[in-house]
Amino acid sequence: MRGAATLTVLRDKRLWAAAAMLAALSAVSSLVPWTASYPAAWKLPIDDVITTWLKYIVSHISPVTRALASVVQLPLDLVTALLVKGFAFNIGETHIELPALSWLGLSGLLVWAGYWASGFRLAALQAAGCAYLLLFGQWDGAMLTLASVLVCVPIAVITGLLVGVLAHARPSVNTWLLTPGLDIMQTVPAFAYLIPTLLLFGFGPVAAMIATVIFAMPPMARVTALVLDQAPQEIRELATMIGCSKRQAIWRILLPSARPMLLVGLNQTVMMTLNMVIIASMIGAGGLGFDVLRALRQLDIDRGFVSGTAIVVIAIMLDRLGAAVANRARPDVEQAPGWGQSLILPLGWLLAATLAGVWIEWLAKFPDALRLSTGGVLNATVSWINVNFFDAMEALRIFTLKNLMNPIKFFLADMPWLVLAGLVTLAAYFIAGLRLALLSVLVLGFCLVTGLWDKVMITLYLCLSATVVSALIGIPLAVAAARYDALYRAANVAVELLQTLPSFVYLIPVVMLFRVGDFAALLAIVAFAITPIVKFTMTALRTVPSDLVEAGQSMGCSRFQLDRLIRLPVALPTILLGINQAILFALAMVVITALVGTRDLGQEVYIALTTANPGRGLVAGLCLAFLGILIDRMFRAGASRLQHTTTAGAA
Amino acid sequence: MKYAPHILAERAVKLSCRDLWKVYGAHTDTFTDAAELKASSEKAGTLAALRDVHLDIRHGEIFVIMGLSGSGKSTLLRCLTRLVEPSFGKIMLDGVDLMTLSPKDLMEVRRHKMAMVFQHFALLPHLSVADNIALPLRIRGDETSQITKVVSELTALVGLAGMSERLPHQLSGGQQQRVGLARALAGNPELLFLDEPFSALDPLIRRELQDELMRLQARLHKTMVFVTHDFNEAVRLGDRIAIMKDGKAVQTGTPEEIVAEPTDSYVASFVAGVDQTRVISCGRIAAPARPFPYDVTVDGRKKIIEIASLVAGAHGPVGVKDASGQVTGEIDAATILRMMSVTAAERSAS
Repeated sequence: MRGAATLTVLRDKRLWAAAAMLAALSAVSSLVPWTASYPAAWKLPIDDVITTWLKYIVSHISPVTRALASVVQLPLDLVTALLVKGFAFNIGETHIELPALSWLGLSGLLVWAGYWASGFRLAALQAAGCAYLLLFGQWDGAMLTLASVLVCVPIAVITGLLVGVLAHARPSVNTWLLTPGLDIMQTVPAFAYLIPTLLLFGFGPVAAMIATVIFAMPPMARVTALVLDQAPQEIRELATMIGCSKRQAIWRILLPSARPMLLVGLNQTVMMTLNMVIIASMIGAGGLGFDVLRALRQLDIDRGFVSGTAIVVIAIMLDRLGAAVANRARPDVEQAPGWGQSLILPLGWLLAATLAGVWIEWLAKFPDALRLSTGGVLNATVSWINVNFFDAMEALRIFTLKNLMNPIKFFLADMPWLVLAGLVTLAAYFIAGLRLALLSVLVLGFCLVTGLWDKVMITLYLCLSATVVSALIGIPLAVAAARYDALYRAANVAVELLQTLPSFVYLIPVVMLFRVGDFAALLAIVAFAITPIVKFTMTALRTVPSDLVEAGQSMGCSRFQLDRLIRLPVALPTILLGINQAILFALAMVVITALVGTRDLGQEVYIALTTANPGRGLVAGLCLAFLGILIDRMFRAGASRLQHTTTAGAA
Repeated sequence: MKYAPHILAERAVKLSCRDLWKVYGAHTDTFTDAAELKASSEKAGTLAALRDVHLDIRHGEIFVIMGLSGSGKSTLLRCLTRLVEPSFGKIMLDGVDLMTLSPKDLMEVRRHKMAMVFQHFALLPHLSVADNIALPLRIRGDETSQITKVVSELTALVGLAGMSERLPHQLSGGQQQRVGLARALAGNPELLFLDEPFSALDPLIRRELQDELMRLQARLHKTMVFVTHDFNEAVRLGDRIAIMKDGKAVQTGTPEEIVAEPTDSYVASFVAGVDQTRVISCGRIAAPARPFPYDVTVDGRKKIIEIASLVAGAHGPVGVKDASGQVTGEIDAATILRMMSVTAAERSAS
């Protein structure tokens, strides 16, 4: 059978044509120098043009944007004052100072919310989280971060809802404007649009906030459009038959009946907001991200670790709470205890604790005497590891560099651009046809004429290495997890935890152990990108139809044969999608790893950020986004082709 | 309780359609010219889901559209409500062509004159029983006090009193469809469209809800268009039945007309599965009366099964009276026995 399949492939004339074209291209590139490496002099000044234009626009509309910024500033100031700073203002001659909400009151509120949403266990989790933040002195930083989240989430959710409804109501707008727009918003690294927002809205929290909203809005918009487009046909017919206007159908029938899904989208938005707030705090929003960055720069491992853990803690608290609220909205879930319904109790507690704080000092400010400190233990541990395991770690680093990373790097760097572009385009053509091939030409052409080809190659090299390592570790892990229940549960918990963490957190331990450089970057990217591979593979293997597995068993397959002959082939399309996700995750992470000194597109973006050069940052960001979109489309097309063959085979 | 055919015949037509076509995949969605449409429906790549359907649905009857999947019965229902836009034809409701209505007028018609019951109930999962029933009224903006009154009446009417605060998932399938019925009745519509409303239910519950529907109909006298793929259900509920095949209504008539005189083998194949003695009246199989008095006479409109034991117990043939009370025919035990054995043989064969 397999032999016959290979033969038909070989007989396919298109394959020979493709091989001939590639040979011709490599011949050309060895004869004509500019087809091997693109001359720097031919670079189109797209970045400069963008910068000039942006500066021109900014100089004309900056009064408007700055005014807008001050409007947005207001709620942010209000929430920050409520949570951290307290109010101070003058009415006539009298100076009035109002305290911020008491830590005791706020923790009480969080614990109550946990109890209300899910019950005792979640309440305990919230209490433990608050205790960590308080005891390790991270409360103020966490509240600053939370303040940004609290202001950004409603804005992101409302715009997301409106954009989603628009996408549903105007399909043509959706196809030509919204879908590509949302794609780009999610794939352009957040750093890249921090720069224009900085220009437009000035340096500081507001710019960070607006960038955050842009970053966190797409999932909400997508979920909204999805639930509207995929609402059950009968529900849509019901809306028509009871005589709903279009508006009534959307706002009174379709959206409310999809509330659980929408809340899942909301939770996603919250987590993306947190992720972005952490990144944005580096450009002046303040908060936990800034604390970590400062600690890393000063090589203060203890403080970096404590603040980093605080990010993890707050991410888990928010995620669990959000998931519980979303779950609570499902009508078929038993409702939690009834006395929690009333808001009076927690709000009264909050006010009482805050008021009491005016007279009792330890209520207003958590007493320093109770604080814990890691006391340099972590610093010592890391040095100890570095001293005692240096050889082993170094061996691992060099082994990986030599056997995996460098070959990929040299392959990509040495290959003439013409040949590589031809290869990718032909692959795109074979997978999905002319349109995708055209897209590939455009994307690669863009990378070429902007003079970023070399940096693109470095980026691809890091991504590919990371994806290979992730797949090598992740797939066997997932195969084992799919087989053993205990491991499956553990892996699920781990994956969920890793996915809640803001990407920035991954850098901390890696840098502590491996300093800066490509290998450290690789580890951080792998840690980030391995989760989708494990998750998709595990789920795909577990959801292989049981009749197929039983058919295999009745034929007398061994467990290994079951995996190899039945589960893996059926699960392959889904696994491919997992790998696709991993590459996209890796692309997103590459930008963050620029902080540990890689020389890729991320670095380009980062330099642009520090030199306030929006054109350069945007062009590099767009390169990343286009690459991401191209890879995504190619993988999806490939996976769906595979899907057809496997389901056809199954049926 | 059902209306006898001769009463129905005098009833006014409520909803009718003429030259109704639905062609999928044609170069255009609506046609102005029937000839062009007919040509277009024969091209490759097009699918004529409805071909030239004529129907008259009369005031206060349960009109059943019966067909197998793909026969066009659901499309017909959806075209009659304009949930699916017909390619060509007229749909007259109370003398007004629905095809000519503006979207706004159509919305008003739907709010006040029509309602629909769905196969999978289409209850909103987050709303209680009461809120689900109240939904059409809230959408059209009725007064709150009025809504409360209607909802409490309807929950009692469909046998869900005391459950009004439950959520759909807390109800059984049969109860959910009772909510669906109550919601359809909430706006006090004249026309009810029921799209295989009982297909998703267990056989016992299905029967229970069929009885419930007949009970409601005896009180409310709505005009109902009922789609089903189950011929027994059609015979049981329908005052008249239209049988669909390949987008055409191949036969329309009372259950008895269809069972007694199927127009083609397709219809006959459905009829084979039915207990004819429950559908066919004795007048239809009676032999001509002979000129001597009968000891026992029966009403010719009664079903065979209803008079079977009477005839079996009588000495000799029994006289059969027509609608005016005149004895016009006779029937004997052997005829009835033959009828029953034919039915039993056909049913065991099918």
